[in-house]
Amino acid sequence: MLLAKLLALMGAREEATNVNEHIVKSYEEELALLDKRIAQMGGLAEHNLGRAFSALDKHDPRLASQAIEADRAIDQLERDIENQVIVMIAKRQPMANDLRHIMTVLNIAGDLERIGDLGKNIAKRALAIAGEHHPKQLMAGLGHMAELAARQLKDVLDAFSAHDDQKALAVWRSDASLDALYNSVFRELLTYMMEDPRNISLCTHLLFGAKNIERIGDHTTNIAEKVHYLVTGRVLTEDREKSDDTSSVLLGKPATE
Amino acid sequence: MDATPIQTMQREVPTPATTMPIKVTARDVNVFYGDKHALKEVTVDIPDRGVMAFIGPSGCGKSTFLRCINRMNDTIPSCRVTGDIRIDGQDIHDPRLDVVQLRARVGMVFQKPNPFPKSIYENVAYGPRIHGLARSKSDLDEIVMTSLQKAGLLKEVQDRLGDPGTGLSGGQQQRLCIARAIAVSPEVILMDEPCSALDPIATAKIEELIDELRENFCIIIVTHSMQQAARVSQRTAFFHLGLMVEEGETTQIFTNPRDNRTLQYITGRFG
Repeated sequence: MLLAKLLALMGAREEATNVNEHIVKSYEEELALLDKRIAQMGGLAEHNLGRAFSALDKHDPRLASQAIEADRAIDQLERDIENQVIVMIAKRQPMANDLRHIMTVLNIAGDLERIGDLGKNIAKRALAIAGEHHPKQLMAGLGHMAELAARQLKDVLDAFSAHDDQKALAVWRSDASLDALYNSVFRELLTYMMEDPRNISLCTHLLFGAKNIERIGDHTTNIAEKVHYLVTGRVLTEDREKSDDTSSVLLGKPATE
Repeated sequence: MDATPIQTMQREVPTPATTMPIKVTARDVNVFYGDKHALKEVTVDIPDRGVMAFIGPSGCGKSTFLRCINRMNDTIPSCRVTGDIRIDGQDIHDPRLDVVQLRARVGMVFQKPNPFPKSIYENVAYGPRIHGLARSKSDLDEIVMTSLQKAGLLKEVQDRLGDPGTGLSGGQQQRLCIARAIAVSPEVILMDEPCSALDPIATAKIEELIDELRENFCIIIVTHSMQQAARVSQRTAFFHLGLMVEEGETTQIFTNPRDNRTLQYITGRFG
Protein backbone atom coordinates (compact mmCIF):
# COMPACT_ATOMS: atom_id res chain seq x y z
CA MET A 1 0.00 0.00 0.00
CA LEU A 2 2.73 2.38 1.04
CA LEU A 3 4.87 1.22 -1.85
CA ALA A 4 2.02 1.79 -4.29
CA LYS A 5 1.59 5.30 -2.93
CA LEU A 6 5.28 5.98 -3.26
CA LEU A 7 5.30 4.72 -6.84
CA ALA A 8 2.29 6.84 -7.68
CA LEU A 9 4.04 9.85 -6.20
CA MET A 10 7.16 9.20 -8.25
CA GLY A 11 5.02 8.79 -11.35
CA ALA A 12 3.35 12.09 -10.66
CA ARG A 13 6.71 13.77 -10.23
CA GLU A 14 7.99 12.34 -13.49
CA GLU A 15 4.87 13.64 -15.19
CA ALA A 16 5.43 17.06 -13.69
CA THR A 17 9.06 17.30 -14.75
CA ASN A 18 7.93 16.42 -18.26
CA VAL A 19 7.03 20.08 -18.62
CA ASN A 20 10.15 22.20 -18.46
CA GLU A 21 10.46 25.41 -16.57
CA HIS A 22 10.02 28.70 -18.37
CA ILE A 23 13.02 30.18 -20.07
CA VAL A 24 12.25 33.40 -18.20
CA LYS A 25 12.86 32.56 -14.53
CA SER A 26 10.83 35.44 -13.12
CA TYR A 27 7.75 34.03 -14.86
CA GLU A 28 8.25 30.77 -13.00
CA GLU A 29 8.65 32.68 -9.74
CA GLU A 30 5.46 34.63 -10.33
CA LEU A 31 3.49 31.44 -10.90
CA ALA A 32 4.97 29.97 -7.73
CA LEU A 33 3.97 33.10 -5.81
CA LEU A 34 0.39 32.74 -7.03
CA ASP A 35 0.31 29.15 -5.76
CA LYS A 36 1.81 30.23 -2.47
CA ARG A 37 -0.82 32.92 -2.01
CA ILE A 38 -3.63 30.46 -2.79
CA ALA A 39 -2.17 28.03 -0.26
CA GLN A 40 -2.04 30.82 2.33
CA MET A 41 -5.58 31.90 1.59
CA GLY A 42 -6.85 28.33 1.71
CA GLY A 43 -5.01 27.66 4.97
CA LEU A 44 -6.51 30.77 6.55
CA ALA A 45 -10.02 30.02 5.30
CA GLU A 46 -9.82 26.45 6.56
CA HIS A 47 -8.41 27.48 9.93
CA ASN A 48 -10.95 30.25 10.31
CA LEU A 49 -13.86 27.93 9.65
CA GLY A 50 -12.63 25.72 12.48
CA ARG A 51 -12.21 28.73 14.74
CA ALA A 52 -15.66 30.10 13.96
CA PHE A 53 -17.24 26.75 14.68
CA SER A 54 -15.33 26.40 17.96
CA ALA A 55 -16.55 29.86 18.95
CA LEU A 56 -20.09 28.70 18.29
CA ASP A 57 -19.63 25.41 20.06
CA LYS A 58 -17.79 26.73 23.12
CA HIS A 59 -19.72 30.01 23.50
CA ASP A 60 -16.47 31.87 23.16
CA PRO A 61 -16.95 35.51 22.10
CA ARG A 62 -13.19 36.14 22.13
CA LEU A 63 -12.59 33.35 19.62
CA ALA A 64 -15.49 34.66 17.56
CA SER A 65 -13.98 38.14 17.44
CA GLN A 66 -10.65 36.68 16.36
CA ALA A 67 -12.35 34.79 13.54
CA ILE A 68 -14.12 37.95 12.39
CA GLU A 69 -10.84 39.85 12.45
CA ALA A 70 -8.92 37.11 10.61
CA ASP A 71 -11.16 37.41 7.56
CA ARG A 72 -9.39 40.68 6.71
CA ALA A 73 -6.20 38.79 5.89
CA ILE A 74 -8.14 36.55 3.50
CA ASP A 75 -9.65 39.57 1.76
CA GLN A 76 -6.24 41.17 1.47
CA LEU A 77 -4.79 38.04 -0.12
CA GLU A 78 -7.59 38.02 -2.65
CA ARG A 79 -6.76 41.60 -3.62
CA ASP A 80 -3.07 40.70 -3.85
CA ILE A 81 -3.85 37.77 -6.13
CA GLU A 82 -6.15 39.86 -8.32
CA ASN A 83 -3.52 42.55 -8.73
CA GLN A 84 -0.83 40.02 -9.48
CA VAL A 85 -2.99 38.26 -12.08
CA ILE A 86 -3.79 41.55 -13.84
CA VAL A 87 -0.11 42.46 -14.01
CA MET A 88 0.85 38.96 -15.21
CA ILE A 89 -1.72 39.00 -18.00
CA ALA A 90 -0.48 42.41 -19.12
CA LYS A 91 3.15 41.44 -18.87
CA ARG A 92 3.31 37.78 -19.89
CA GLN A 93 0.30 37.21 -22.13
CA PRO A 94 0.01 33.69 -20.78
CA MET A 95 -0.80 30.79 -23.07
CA ALA A 96 -2.11 27.23 -22.74
CA ASN A 97 -1.55 25.68 -19.30
CA ASP A 98 -0.15 28.97 -17.94
CA LEU A 99 -3.31 30.75 -19.03
CA ARG A 100 -5.47 28.07 -17.42
CA HIS A 101 -3.32 28.22 -14.30
CA ILE A 102 -3.65 31.98 -13.92
CA MET A 103 -7.38 32.05 -14.61
CA THR A 104 -7.93 29.14 -12.23
CA VAL A 105 -6.05 30.95 -9.48
CA LEU A 106 -8.21 34.03 -10.00
CA ASN A 107 -11.38 31.95 -9.76
CA ILE A 108 -10.21 30.00 -6.74
CA ALA A 109 -9.27 33.22 -4.94
CA GLY A 110 -12.84 34.42 -5.47
CA ASP A 111 -14.27 31.21 -4.04
CA LEU A 112 -11.89 31.29 -1.07
CA GLU A 113 -12.86 34.87 -0.34
CA ARG A 114 -16.52 33.82 -0.24
CA ILE A 115 -15.63 30.88 2.00
CA GLY A 116 -13.86 33.35 4.31
CA ASP A 117 -16.98 35.54 4.43
CA LEU A 118 -19.19 32.57 5.24
CA GLY A 119 -16.84 31.60 8.05
CA LYS A 120 -16.93 35.17 9.35
CA ASN A 121 -20.72 35.08 9.29
CA ILE A 122 -20.69 31.96 11.45
CA ALA A 123 -18.42 33.78 13.90
CA LYS A 124 -20.81 36.74 14.00
CA ARG A 125 -23.67 34.40 14.85
CA ALA A 126 -21.49 32.81 17.54
CA LEU A 127 -21.12 36.28 18.99
CA ALA A 128 -24.88 36.86 18.87
CA ILE A 129 -25.81 33.65 20.66
CA ALA A 130 -22.80 33.38 22.97
CA GLY A 131 -25.00 33.99 26.03
CA GLU A 132 -27.63 31.42 25.09
CA HIS A 133 -27.61 27.85 26.23
CA HIS A 134 -27.75 25.35 23.40
CA PRO A 135 -28.09 21.62 23.91
CA LYS A 136 -25.03 19.52 23.04
CA GLN A 137 -26.76 17.21 20.61
CA LEU A 138 -27.86 20.18 18.52
CA MET A 139 -24.22 20.98 17.89
CA ALA A 140 -23.22 17.45 16.94
CA GLY A 141 -24.71 17.62 13.45
CA LEU A 142 -23.29 21.07 12.86
CA GLY A 143 -19.91 19.86 14.11
CA HIS A 144 -19.92 17.04 11.57
CA MET A 145 -20.73 19.50 8.83
CA ALA A 146 -17.94 21.88 9.80
CA GLU A 147 -15.45 19.03 9.99
CA LEU A 148 -16.46 17.61 6.60
CA ALA A 149 -16.43 21.04 4.93
CA ALA A 150 -12.95 21.77 6.29
CA ARG A 151 -11.67 18.38 5.12
CA GLN A 152 -13.07 18.84 1.62
CA LEU A 153 -11.57 22.29 1.44
CA LYS A 154 -8.20 20.91 2.44
CA ASP A 155 -8.50 18.07 -0.09
CA VAL A 156 -9.42 20.36 -2.95
CA LEU A 157 -6.52 22.69 -2.17
CA ASP A 158 -4.19 19.69 -2.10
CA ALA A 159 -5.65 18.64 -5.45
CA PHE A 160 -4.91 22.13 -6.78
CA SER A 161 -1.33 22.24 -5.63
CA ALA A 162 -0.63 18.69 -6.89
CA HIS A 163 -2.63 19.22 -10.13
CA ASP A 164 -4.48 16.05 -9.14
CA ASP A 165 -7.63 15.77 -11.23
CA GLN A 166 -8.81 12.54 -9.61
CA LYS A 167 -8.64 14.01 -6.15
CA ALA A 168 -10.53 17.10 -7.29
CA LEU A 169 -13.24 14.93 -8.83
CA ALA A 170 -13.51 12.92 -5.60
CA VAL A 171 -14.20 16.17 -3.71
CA TRP A 172 -16.63 17.24 -6.41
CA ARG A 173 -18.59 14.03 -6.00
CA SER A 174 -18.56 13.94 -2.22
CA ASP A 175 -20.32 17.27 -1.74
CA ALA A 176 -23.50 15.18 -1.68
CA SER A 177 -22.67 13.92 1.83
CA LEU A 178 -22.38 17.49 3.10
CA ASP A 179 -25.77 18.24 1.58
CA ALA A 180 -27.20 15.14 3.27
CA LEU A 181 -25.85 16.28 6.64
CA TYR A 182 -27.33 19.70 6.08
CA ASN A 183 -30.74 18.18 5.35
CA SER A 184 -30.75 16.30 8.61
CA VAL A 185 -29.52 19.32 10.62
CA PHE A 186 -32.24 21.40 8.98
CA ARG A 187 -34.95 18.97 10.01
CA GLU A 188 -33.55 18.63 13.49
CA LEU A 189 -33.56 22.39 14.02
CA LEU A 190 -37.11 22.67 12.69
CA THR A 191 -38.21 20.07 15.20
CA TYR A 192 -36.64 22.02 18.05
CA MET A 193 -38.37 25.17 16.98
CA MET A 194 -41.71 23.42 16.80
CA GLU A 195 -41.23 21.90 20.22
CA ASP A 196 -40.66 25.20 21.95
CA PRO A 197 -40.94 28.64 20.32
CA ARG A 198 -38.32 29.96 22.75
CA ASN A 199 -35.79 27.98 20.73
CA ILE A 200 -36.56 29.88 17.54
CA SER A 201 -34.03 32.69 17.97
CA LEU A 202 -31.16 30.33 18.74
CA CYS A 203 -32.14 27.76 16.15
CA THR A 204 -32.46 30.37 13.42
CA HIS A 205 -28.86 31.42 14.01
CA LEU A 206 -27.74 27.81 13.99
CA LEU A 207 -29.75 27.19 10.84
CA PHE A 208 -27.97 30.04 9.09
CA GLY A 209 -24.70 28.65 10.42
CA ALA A 210 -25.50 25.28 8.88
CA LYS A 211 -26.52 26.94 5.62
CA ASN A 212 -23.22 28.80 5.57
CA ILE A 213 -21.30 25.55 5.91
CA GLU A 214 -23.37 24.03 3.13
CA ARG A 215 -22.49 27.01 0.94
CA ILE A 216 -18.82 26.55 1.77
CA GLY A 217 -19.20 23.05 0.34
CA ASP A 218 -20.61 24.54 -2.86
CA HIS A 219 -17.64 26.88 -3.23
CA THR A 220 -15.35 23.92 -2.60
CA THR A 221 -16.94 22.02 -5.48
CA ASN A 222 -16.52 25.13 -7.64
CA ILE A 223 -12.83 24.98 -6.87
CA ALA A 224 -12.81 21.27 -7.75
CA GLU A 225 -14.32 22.12 -11.14
CA LYS A 226 -11.62 24.74 -11.73
CA VAL A 227 -8.90 22.25 -10.84
CA HIS A 228 -10.37 19.85 -13.37
CA TYR A 229 -10.21 22.57 -16.02
CA LEU A 230 -6.67 23.49 -15.02
CA VAL A 231 -5.42 19.92 -15.33
CA THR A 232 -7.37 18.70 -18.36
CA GLY A 233 -8.32 21.89 -20.22
CA ARG A 234 -11.88 20.63 -20.30
CA VAL A 235 -14.94 22.01 -18.56
CA LEU A 236 -17.18 19.79 -16.44
CA THR A 237 -20.61 19.81 -18.03
CA GLU A 238 -22.29 17.13 -15.94
CA ASP A 239 -24.72 18.40 -13.34
CA ARG A 240 -23.63 17.48 -9.87
CA GLU A 241 -26.19 15.49 -7.95
CA LYS A 242 -27.99 18.03 -5.78
CA SER A 243 -29.01 16.61 -2.43
CA ASP A 244 -29.97 19.82 -0.66
CA ASP A 245 -33.76 19.63 -0.80
CA THR A 246 -34.41 22.01 2.09
CA SER A 247 -35.57 24.70 -0.28
CA SER A 248 -38.77 22.73 -0.82
CA VAL A 249 -39.46 21.70 2.79
CA LEU A 250 -42.69 22.97 4.44
CA LEU A 251 -43.53 22.74 8.10
CA GLY A 252 -45.50 19.59 8.88
CA LYS A 253 -45.24 18.31 5.33
CA PRO A 254 -42.72 15.97 3.81
CA ALA A 255 -40.38 17.43 1.22
CA THR A 256 -41.93 17.44 -2.21
CA GLU A 257 -40.30 15.05 -4.60
CA MET B 1 -13.70 6.49 -6.07
CA ASP B 2 -16.47 6.38 -8.64
CA ALA B 3 -15.07 5.30 -11.98
CA THR B 4 -17.89 6.47 -14.24
CA PRO B 5 -16.53 8.88 -16.81
CA ILE B 6 -17.50 12.48 -16.24
CA GLN B 7 -18.94 14.58 -19.01
CA THR B 8 -16.65 17.36 -20.09
CA MET B 9 -16.36 19.74 -23.01
CA GLN B 10 -13.91 22.13 -24.59
CA ARG B 11 -14.53 25.76 -23.82
CA GLU B 12 -16.83 27.50 -26.27
CA VAL B 13 -14.93 28.76 -29.28
CA PRO B 14 -15.72 32.43 -29.89
CA THR B 15 -14.83 32.42 -33.57
CA PRO B 16 -17.07 30.15 -35.64
CA ALA B 17 -15.50 26.82 -36.44
CA THR B 18 -14.21 26.74 -39.98
CA THR B 19 -16.70 25.12 -42.25
CA MET B 20 -15.19 26.67 -45.36
CA PRO B 21 -14.23 24.43 -48.26
CA ILE B 22 -10.60 23.39 -48.42
CA LYS B 23 -8.47 25.64 -50.63
CA VAL B 24 -5.01 24.17 -50.31
CA THR B 25 -4.20 20.55 -49.63
CA ALA B 26 -0.72 19.27 -48.91
CA ARG B 27 0.14 15.58 -48.74
CA ASP B 28 3.46 14.19 -47.51
CA VAL B 29 5.42 17.26 -48.48
CA ASN B 30 9.18 16.94 -48.00
CA VAL B 31 11.76 19.60 -48.71
CA PHE B 32 15.50 19.04 -48.99
CA TYR B 33 18.16 21.73 -49.21
CA GLY B 34 21.00 19.65 -50.57
CA ASP B 35 21.34 16.89 -47.96
CA LYS B 36 19.42 18.75 -45.33
CA HIS B 37 15.92 17.39 -44.80
CA ALA B 38 14.21 20.69 -43.95
CA LEU B 39 10.56 19.69 -44.06
CA LYS B 40 9.26 16.24 -43.24
CA GLU B 41 6.02 14.64 -44.37
CA VAL B 42 3.78 17.65 -43.98
CA THR B 43 0.12 16.89 -44.56
CA VAL B 44 -2.49 19.56 -44.00
CA ASP B 45 -5.76 20.96 -45.35
CA ILE B 46 -6.04 24.75 -45.45
CA PRO B 47 -9.58 26.14 -45.64
CA ASP B 48 -10.64 28.99 -47.92
CA ARG B 49 -11.69 32.39 -46.58
CA GLY B 50 -9.82 32.21 -43.37
CA VAL B 51 -6.41 32.78 -41.88
CA MET B 52 -4.06 29.97 -41.03
CA ALA B 53 -1.00 30.80 -38.96
CA PHE B 54 2.25 28.84 -39.03
CA ILE B 55 4.25 29.16 -35.84
CA GLY B 56 7.45 27.58 -34.57
CA PRO B 57 11.04 28.37 -33.65
CA SER B 58 13.51 29.64 -36.26
CA GLY B 59 14.53 26.95 -38.70
CA CYS B 60 11.49 24.78 -37.98
CA GLY B 61 10.38 24.72 -41.61
CA LYS B 62 7.37 27.00 -41.48
CA SER B 63 8.68 29.50 -44.04
CA THR B 64 9.99 26.67 -46.17
CA PHE B 65 6.52 25.18 -46.29
CA LEU B 66 4.94 28.56 -47.00
CA ARG B 67 7.28 29.01 -49.96
CA CYS B 68 6.26 25.60 -51.33
CA ILE B 69 2.73 26.83 -51.85
CA ASN B 70 3.66 29.22 -54.66
CA ARG B 71 6.78 27.28 -55.66
CA MET B 72 9.14 29.99 -54.50
CA ASN B 73 11.56 27.23 -53.55
CA ASP B 74 12.05 26.55 -57.28
CA THR B 75 14.34 29.56 -57.32
CA ILE B 76 16.77 27.88 -54.89
CA PRO B 77 19.03 25.57 -56.94
CA SER B 78 19.82 23.01 -54.21
CA CYS B 79 16.21 22.75 -53.13
CA ARG B 80 14.12 19.66 -53.86
CA VAL B 81 10.43 19.35 -53.03
CA THR B 82 8.52 16.04 -53.00
CA GLY B 83 4.90 15.32 -52.21
CA ASP B 84 1.64 16.68 -53.45
CA ILE B 85 0.27 20.21 -53.10
CA ARG B 86 -3.04 21.16 -54.65
CA ILE B 87 -4.98 24.37 -54.90
CA ASP B 88 -8.67 23.72 -55.55
CA GLY B 89 -7.65 20.19 -56.45
CA GLN B 90 -5.14 21.32 -59.07
CA ASP B 91 -1.62 19.95 -58.70
CA ILE B 92 0.77 22.90 -58.49
CA HIS B 93 3.66 20.74 -59.71
CA ASP B 94 1.81 19.82 -62.90
CA PRO B 95 4.38 20.45 -65.69
CA ARG B 96 1.66 22.04 -67.80
CA LEU B 97 1.08 24.64 -65.13
CA ASP B 98 2.62 28.07 -65.71
CA VAL B 99 4.50 29.11 -62.59
CA VAL B 100 3.91 32.77 -63.33
CA GLN B 101 0.18 32.09 -63.43
CA LEU B 102 0.47 30.14 -60.19
CA ARG B 103 2.16 33.08 -58.49
CA ALA B 104 -0.60 35.36 -59.69
CA ARG B 105 -3.09 33.06 -57.98
CA VAL B 106 -0.93 32.75 -54.90
CA GLY B 107 0.33 36.18 -53.88
CA MET B 108 3.04 36.82 -51.37
CA VAL B 109 3.92 39.50 -48.84
CA PHE B 110 7.38 39.46 -47.34
CA GLN B 111 8.92 40.28 -44.01
CA LYS B 112 10.47 43.54 -45.12
CA PRO B 113 8.28 45.79 -47.24
CA ASN B 114 9.78 45.71 -50.73
CA PRO B 115 7.97 48.19 -52.97
CA PHE B 116 9.37 48.65 -56.48
CA PRO B 117 11.38 51.84 -56.96
CA LYS B 118 8.44 53.29 -58.83
CA SER B 119 5.46 55.47 -58.03
CA ILE B 120 2.74 54.29 -55.68
CA TYR B 121 0.41 53.94 -58.65
CA GLU B 122 2.91 51.92 -60.69
CA ASN B 123 3.61 49.59 -57.79
CA VAL B 124 -0.01 48.47 -57.79
CA ALA B 125 -0.53 48.72 -61.56
CA TYR B 126 2.49 46.57 -62.39
CA GLY B 127 0.92 43.17 -61.75
CA PRO B 128 -2.42 43.75 -63.48
CA ARG B 129 -0.55 45.20 -66.48
CA ILE B 130 1.83 42.30 -67.00
CA HIS B 131 -0.98 39.79 -66.48
CA GLY B 132 -3.18 41.72 -68.89
CA LEU B 133 -5.98 42.18 -66.41
CA ALA B 134 -6.90 45.68 -67.58
CA ARG B 135 -8.23 46.47 -71.04
CA SER B 136 -7.99 50.23 -70.70
CA LYS B 137 -6.41 52.96 -68.63
CA SER B 138 -9.67 53.44 -66.74
CA ASP B 139 -9.81 49.69 -66.00
CA LEU B 140 -6.32 49.89 -64.60
CA ASP B 141 -7.16 53.02 -62.59
CA GLU B 142 -10.07 51.21 -61.06
CA ILE B 143 -7.99 48.14 -60.13
CA VAL B 144 -5.35 50.37 -58.53
CA MET B 145 -7.92 52.34 -56.55
CA THR B 146 -9.85 49.30 -55.38
CA SER B 147 -6.65 47.53 -54.35
CA LEU B 148 -5.41 50.53 -52.40
CA GLN B 149 -8.86 50.84 -50.86
CA LYS B 150 -8.89 47.14 -49.84
CA ALA B 151 -5.41 47.51 -48.41
CA GLY B 152 -6.64 50.44 -46.30
CA LEU B 153 -4.12 52.80 -47.90
CA LEU B 154 -6.18 54.85 -50.36
CA LYS B 155 -7.09 57.67 -47.98
CA GLU B 156 -3.47 58.20 -47.03
CA VAL B 157 -2.07 58.25 -50.58
CA GLN B 158 -4.83 59.32 -52.99
CA ASP B 159 -3.43 62.80 -53.51
CA ARG B 160 0.12 61.62 -54.15
CA LEU B 161 -0.17 58.51 -56.30
CA GLY B 162 2.78 59.69 -58.39
CA ASP B 163 5.14 59.83 -55.42
CA PRO B 164 7.66 57.02 -55.06
CA GLY B 165 6.42 54.01 -53.07
CA THR B 166 9.69 53.90 -51.22
CA GLY B 167 8.91 57.30 -49.69
CA LEU B 168 6.08 55.88 -47.59
CA SER B 169 6.45 54.83 -43.96
CA GLY B 170 7.26 51.17 -43.21
CA GLY B 171 3.68 50.30 -42.35
CA GLN B 172 2.37 52.11 -45.43
CA GLN B 173 4.93 50.37 -47.61
CA GLN B 174 3.76 47.01 -46.26
CA ARG B 175 0.16 47.89 -47.01
CA LEU B 176 1.30 48.99 -50.47
CA CYS B 177 2.83 45.53 -50.93
CA ILE B 178 -0.47 43.99 -49.84
CA ALA B 179 -2.31 46.24 -52.34
CA ARG B 180 0.15 45.12 -55.00
CA ALA B 181 -0.49 41.48 -54.08
CA ILE B 182 -4.28 41.75 -54.21
CA ALA B 183 -4.27 43.81 -57.43
CA VAL B 184 -3.92 40.63 -59.50
CA SER B 185 -6.94 39.07 -57.71
CA PRO B 186 -5.11 36.17 -56.13
CA GLU B 187 -6.96 33.36 -54.36
CA VAL B 188 -4.33 32.69 -51.74
CA ILE B 189 -2.12 35.25 -50.00
CA LEU B 190 1.05 34.07 -48.30
CA MET B 191 2.50 36.36 -45.67
CA ASP B 192 5.97 35.72 -44.31
CA GLU B 193 6.22 37.63 -41.02
CA PRO B 194 4.52 40.68 -42.52
CA CYS B 195 4.70 42.74 -39.32
CA SER B 196 8.11 41.92 -37.92
CA ALA B 197 9.60 45.17 -39.25
CA LEU B 198 6.68 47.34 -38.16
CA ASP B 199 5.78 49.28 -35.03
CA PRO B 200 2.71 48.29 -32.96
CA ILE B 201 0.36 50.80 -34.63
CA ALA B 202 1.35 49.75 -38.14
CA THR B 203 1.08 46.13 -36.98
CA ALA B 204 -2.44 46.71 -35.69
CA LYS B 205 -3.41 48.22 -39.06
CA ILE B 206 -2.07 45.19 -40.92
CA GLU B 207 -3.87 42.85 -38.52
CA GLU B 208 -7.11 44.74 -39.05
CA LEU B 209 -6.51 44.47 -42.78
CA ILE B 210 -5.89 40.72 -42.57
CA ASP B 211 -9.16 40.40 -40.68
CA GLU B 212 -11.00 42.15 -43.51
CA LEU B 213 -9.19 40.34 -46.31
CA ARG B 214 -10.01 36.91 -44.95
CA GLU B 215 -13.59 37.31 -46.08
CA ASN B 216 -12.40 37.02 -49.67
CA PHE B 217 -9.05 35.27 -49.56
CA CYS B 218 -7.32 32.24 -48.16
CA ILE B 219 -4.54 33.76 -46.08
CA ILE B 220 -1.56 31.88 -44.72
CA ILE B 221 0.71 33.77 -42.37
CA VAL B 222 4.03 32.87 -40.84
CA THR B 223 4.63 34.77 -37.64
CA HIS B 224 7.02 34.76 -34.73
CA SER B 225 4.50 36.57 -32.57
CA MET B 226 2.32 34.00 -30.87
CA GLN B 227 -0.08 36.72 -29.82
CA GLN B 228 -0.39 37.77 -33.43
CA ALA B 229 -1.15 34.21 -34.49
CA ALA B 230 -3.73 34.00 -31.71
CA ARG B 231 -5.30 37.29 -32.75
CA VAL B 232 -5.51 36.99 -36.52
CA SER B 233 -5.89 33.30 -37.34
CA GLN B 234 -8.69 30.80 -37.11
CA ARG B 235 -6.39 27.81 -37.42
CA THR B 236 -2.80 27.41 -36.31
CA ALA B 237 -0.12 24.91 -37.20
CA PHE B 238 2.95 24.42 -35.04
CA PHE B 239 6.21 23.35 -36.73
CA HIS B 240 9.26 21.98 -34.99
CA LEU B 241 12.43 20.48 -36.47
CA GLY B 242 10.84 20.16 -39.89
CA LEU B 243 7.72 18.42 -38.62
CA MET B 244 4.27 19.81 -38.44
CA VAL B 245 3.67 18.80 -34.85
CA GLU B 246 0.12 19.97 -34.37
CA GLU B 247 -2.57 21.73 -36.35
CA GLY B 248 -5.97 22.81 -35.08
CA GLU B 249 -8.34 25.58 -34.18
CA THR B 250 -6.36 28.55 -32.94
CA THR B 251 -8.30 28.81 -29.68
CA GLN B 252 -7.63 25.17 -28.95
CA ILE B 253 -3.92 25.43 -29.77
CA PHE B 254 -3.47 28.42 -27.47
CA THR B 255 -5.60 27.28 -24.54
CA ASN B 256 -5.21 23.53 -24.60
CA PRO B 257 -2.64 22.18 -27.07
CA ARG B 258 -2.59 18.41 -27.47
CA ASP B 259 1.11 17.98 -28.04
CA ASN B 260 3.60 18.62 -25.27
CA ARG B 261 6.06 20.24 -27.72
CA THR B 262 3.42 22.79 -28.73
CA LEU B 263 2.73 23.54 -25.09
CA GLN B 264 6.41 24.00 -24.30
CA TYR B 265 6.87 26.35 -27.23
CA ILE B 266 3.85 28.59 -26.83
CA THR B 267 4.34 28.97 -23.09
CA GLY B 268 8.01 29.85 -23.45
CA ARG B 269 9.50 26.70 -21.99
CA PHE B 270 11.75 25.39 -24.75
CA GLY B 271 15.23 24.81 -23.38
